[in-house]
Amino acid sequence: MSVCVETRAASSVRTSLTLNLLRLRTFIALFAVVIYFSFAAPNFLTAANIVLMSKHVAQNAFLAIGMTFVIITGGIDLSVGSIVGLCAMVAGGLILHGVDLHNGYTLFFSIPEIVVIILVLGVLVGLINGLLITRLNVAPFIATLGSLYIARGAALLVSDGATFPNLEGNPAFGTTGYAFLGAGAIFYLPVSIWLLIIVALAANYLARWTPLGRHIFAVGGNERAAALSGIRVNRVKLFVYMFSGFCAAIVGLIISSELLAAHPATGATFELNAIAAAVLGGTSMSGGRGTIGGTIIGAFVIGILSDGLVMMGVSSFWQMVIKGVVIIAAVVVDQAQRRLQQRVALQQMAQLA
Amino acid sequence: MSEAPVSTEQAVILRLESVSKVYSGTVAVKHADFEVRSSAVNVLVGENGAGKSTLVKIIAGVEQPTAGRILLDGAPVAFAGARDAMAHGIGMVFQELNLFGNLTVAENIFVNREIMRRGRIDHAEQERQTQALMERLQTGVDPRAMVDDLMIGQQQLVEIAKAVARNARILIMDEPTSALSAPEVDILFRVIADLKAKGVAIVYISHRLEEMMRIGDYITVLRDGRITGARRMAEVDLHWIVRQMIGSDAKDYSSQSDHGFGQEALRAEDICLPQITGGYAVDHVSLSVRAGEIVGLYGLMGAGRSEFLECVMGRHPLASGRIFIEGRPVREKDVGGRIARGLALIPEDRQRDGLVPILSVAENLTMASLNKLAKVFHIPARREAEEVQREVRDLSIKVADTALPVSSLSGGNQQKVVIGKALMTAPKVLLMDEPSRGIDIGAKGDVFRIMRNLAAQGIGILFVTSDLDEVLALSDRIAVMSHGRLTALIDRAEANEAKIVAASSIGHGPGVQRNEASA
Repeated sequence: MSVCVETRAASSVRTSLTLNLLRLRTFIALFAVVIYFSFAAPNFLTAANIVLMSKHVAQNAFLAIGMTFVIITGGIDLSVGSIVGLCAMVAGGLILHGVDLHNGYTLFFSIPEIVVIILVLGVLVGLINGLLITRLNVAPFIATLGSLYIARGAALLVSDGATFPNLEGNPAFGTTGYAFLGAGAIFYLPVSIWLLIIVALAANYLARWTPLGRHIFAVGGNERAAALSGIRVNRVKLFVYMFSGFCAAIVGLIISSELLAAHPATGATFELNAIAAAVLGGTSMSGGRGTIGGTIIGAFVIGILSDGLVMMGVSSFWQMVIKGVVIIAAVVVDQAQRRLQQRVALQQMAQLA
Repeated sequence: MSEAPVSTEQAVILRLESVSKVYSGTVAVKHADFEVRSSAVNVLVGENGAGKSTLVKIIAGVEQPTAGRILLDGAPVAFAGARDAMAHGIGMVFQELNLFGNLTVAENIFVNREIMRRGRIDHAEQERQTQALMERLQTGVDPRAMVDDLMIGQQQLVEIAKAVARNARILIMDEPTSALSAPEVDILFRVIADLKAKGVAIVYISHRLEEMMRIGDYITVLRDGRITGARRMAEVDLHWIVRQMIGSDAKDYSSQSDHGFGQEALRAEDICLPQITGGYAVDHVSLSVRAGEIVGLYGLMGAGRSEFLECVMGRHPLASGRIFIEGRPVREKDVGGRIARGLALIPEDRQRDGLVPILSVAENLTMASLNKLAKVFHIPARREAEEVQREVRDLSIKVADTALPVSSLSGGNQQKVVIGKALMTAPKVLLMDEPSRGIDIGAKGDVFRIMRNLAAQGIGILFVTSDLDEVLALSDRIAVMSHGRLTALIDRAEANEAKIVAASSIGHGPGVQRNEASA
C-alpha cells in the first residue's frame, strides 16, 4: 500500500513539475533563443544590437497587444497591418503637404496635433471594424479582411502609390521634430521602447484590474453567459477593435518617424506576426484565455528569432520555414499543457472525494 | 425467447437486470430491472432527474452501465456505442434534435449510411426512399428541403423518420411530442400503431400522463433512479402513476418558515412573446411576486415558462408587456439595465448561459457585479476577495481554491456559483429557471435552503420547475402555465397534485381546442 502511495506521490510531483515547465514554455523558448544566438551569432549580445532588436520587436509587440484583446473576445483583426500603412501615409501627407483648404491656403498641423489625428484615425478604423461586427453581424474574419483591403487601398490613394520622402518637416510651418518618435531616446532607451512599456503596463492593468478587462475575458469565454450577466457585449467588442486600431496607429507613427519616410506598403503582413506573437504567448484562438505578458514574450521570441537568423546569415526562405515550425510547435505544446492540466485537476478532485 | 406467449402477454425482447449507472458523484440509475416487450408501447415515466433518459441511453448504447447486465433475446449483450446498439436493431429518437440543419431531409435520414452507386452517393434513390417514408408518416415534408427551413414539429418528424428508416426492432422515443401540435401528435400515434403491428418494441418516455394512457401498453415508473412500479397499462389509473412517481414519503426539502410577505416586488403585466412558427410562446401572462414570497411556476416542457422569465429579464427584444419593480415601471430594455433595477436570473442551462467555464470560480462569482465592486475603474483585490469569500461561505460552495476554473466543480457547486453571481448584484427579485436541474440530492437540499433563506431576507423569488414535489414543497403560491398561457394561480393551502397536473395539461388533450381550454 505505502509503496503504491509513494509512487503515486512521485508521479504527481513529476506531473506538476512538467506542468510548471510547460507553463513557462514561452519563457524557456525565449531563453533558449537568446542563449543560442549569443553563441551562434557574433555581435548578438552587444548593446547596439539589443537596442536595435528591441525596436523591431516593439513594432510587432504593439500590434500583438491589441490583437491579444481581440482574440480573447473570440475575434480576429486582420486589418492592423493595413492600418499601420494608412496611418503612416496620412502622417507623411500631413507633414509634407498639409491639408489643402481649396481657397489658396494650406493648413499645416504641429507634430503633437498630427500624432493625435493619427491615433484618432486608427481608432476610427477600429470603430468601423467593431460596428461591422456588432451591428451588421459580419464575422470578424470577413469584416477585418475587408477593411484590410480598404485601408491598404486608401493608403495607396493618399499618394497615388508614391512614397512620401524626407519627413523632416518645415520650420516655417512648425512641422519639424517628427524623428523624435522613432529615433529619439530618453535615458538611453528609444522612445518607442518607452511607449511600449507604457502601453503594455496599461494593457496589463486593464486586463487584470478593471471591469472592462474582466468583461473582455467573459465575452470570449461564454458570450451568452456574459450577456445574461448584464455585460454589454457589443460595447466590449467595439472597444477591443478600437484599441487594436489605436495600437496599429502607434506603429504607423513609429515606423514612418524612424524612416522619416512613409511608404504605402508599410505594415503589409504585420497582422500575421501579431497573431503569431499572441498565440505563441498562450492566447487561445477560441477566446477567453491570454495574457499581455505572454504576448510580449511571444513577440520577443519571434523578433529575436528572425533578427538572429538574419545575423547568422540564414536565408530568408529558411527563416519562414523556421517561424512556421515554431508557431505550430507552440500550439501543440499548448494543447499538451491543457490536457495535462485537466488530468491533474481530475486527479485532485478524485483525491478530494 | 423460447416460450411462446400463450397469454396475451407480448414477448420480452430486451431485459435489463439490476442495471446501475454512476456518474462522478451521483447515482443516476440504481439496480433497475426493466423489460421491453415487442409489439407493444412500453411507457417509461418519472419526474425530471428520475433517471429515465439515462436508462434509455443505456439501452441505446450511448451510455454503458456501471453494473448489471442487458439481455437481448435472452442472450447477454454489451453495446460499445450507439452504432453497436443500432447494429442490434435498437434505434433512438433523442429528446434534443440530432439533425444537421445545413443538410436536406433526405441527407439527414441517410447520414452515415448513404446509398452508394458506382462510388457516388445516389441522391435520387435516397430522395425516393425518403419520399416513401414521408408518405408513410403522412407529412408533406419535401425530401430536398433543408432541415433548417422546417418548423420544429416537422424536424421532430424527420428525426422520427430517421429512426424508422433504420428498421429498428426496438425504437426508443424520448419525449417525442414535446414540440408537436395536436394533429402531428395524431400522425405520430398512427405511426406508432403501425410499427407496433409490425412487431416493433417501442420505448416511450413522456411527461404527459393522458398521452401515455392513450397509447401505452406497459408502464414503468422511475423515481430517484429506482423503478417503483411496472404494470400493464390496463391495470393502472392516473392516481397510481402519480403515487409511484412521487412516493408516499414526501421529500422534506426544507422546513416552512412563517415570515410575512412585504410589498409587491415584481409585477409583470400582459407579457407576450410571438413565436416564429406563429402564435405566442408567452401568451398574455400577468404575474406578481411579493417581497419574501416564493412563487413556483409549474408546467410541462415547452409551456413557455423559461421564455416568460427571459422576457422579464429583457432577453427577448420582441417581447411586449409591462414590468414593475416595487411599483415603479421598468423602462430598461437590456439585461444590464434590468439587473441594475434589481432583477437577476439563474438560467436553466448553466453550462450554456450561466458560467464562463474557463474562468475561475472567483471571476465567475463577481462577473455580474464588477462595476458595483470597482472604484471608478479599479477593482480592489482585497475587497473582491472578501466578497467572494463571503459568498462561498454563505452558500457553502465546496471549493479548495477560488482561483480554480469553475468547470472543475461538481454540478451542485456550479449551480451555487451561478446563484452567488446573481446574489452579488443585490437583487430584489430572483428568477430561477429549474434551479435543481442536474444536481444531486444533497446539493438540491442546499439550494432549496438557500432559496428559503433568501425569501426570509425579503427577496422575492419566482422559480420554474417541472417537479411536482418541488413546487408543492417550496412555493407560497403556485402558478401553472400551459401552451404559453397562465392556466392556474393557486395558494399553497389549496394546492394539490391533481389540480396542478390538470392545469398543466390544458390544451394538450386530444381534440381539445385551445379556445375551450382558456375558457
